[in-house]
Amino acid sequence: MPAGTLYRGREGMWSWVAHRVTGVLIFFFLFVHVLDTSLVRVSPEAYDDTVAVYKTPIVALLEYGLVAAILFHALNGLRVVAVDFWSKGTKYQRQMLWTVMGIWIVLMIGALYPVLGHAVSELFGS
Amino acid sequence: MAYDVDNPAPVIEPPRARTSRTPRKFTPGNFEMHAWLFMRLSGIVLVVLVIGHLLIQLVLDGGVSKINFAFVAGRWASPFWMTWDLLMLWLAMLHGANGLRTVINDYAERDGTRFWLKMLLYTATVFTVLLGTLVIFTFDPNIR
Repeated sequence: MPAGTLYRGREGMWSWVAHRVTGVLIFFFLFVHVLDTSLVRVSPEAYDDTVAVYKTPIVALLEYGLVAAILFHALNGLRVVAVDFWSKGTKYQRQMLWTVMGIWIVLMIGALYPVLGHAVSELFGS
Repeated sequence: MAYDVDNPAPVIEPPRARTSRTPRKFTPGNFEMHAWLFMRLSGIVLVVLVIGHLLIQLVLDGGVSKINFAFVAGRWASPFWMTWDLLMLWLAMLHGANGLRTVINDYAERDGTRFWLKMLLYTATVFTVLLGTLVIFTFDPNIR
């Protein structure tokens, strides 16, 4: 790895990579989500049948991944805003990333039961 | 060679002559600067809108299990939630489209590839925004 370059590796680059990857994933989900919601304009049955897919255990797991991506993108996005607009933003960008990761882990633990609870009870009985 | 009243020196326009298109008070940024600013402003608003949306849809009142046509009808009976969803749709789609535009610009190196990927992106974005807007405004709880 070349020495002395500003953005190679470490927190700055990896948070940038993760922000891109989560952003693209969320955007692709958004297309699907607008399409599935649009089924309310077709018929209640068409909508309910499609939303039933969202309630299956496998999609619940994907949903947990979506929540993970959204929460990271939201929190790291606020960090990016702070880096750009706060005079000490660049100085504390690393500490802010670890703060983001801390809050993210707490929220992900909090989301475990609401997002995955119904899937667990369906798979392993109530 | 001397200049005088009959033989005036040529007038050279100042290098940054003011024209009708010169901004009066501030120098407006270019498109990329506005896009950069839009990402930050829309991002802050979207944090509130999307996390609120996730709380309502996935956490409160039984999570995803409660969602069905009747639930949607109940929420879109209120202009507040219609406005919330409409704003979220527009901001999220434009925020995401601009993000993907940046990604395409970064990784698609051939001019043709870059152009057509962005045309596909813009087409899909316009279609999805218009479809979503139409659905919110024309939603009919008594469709059946």
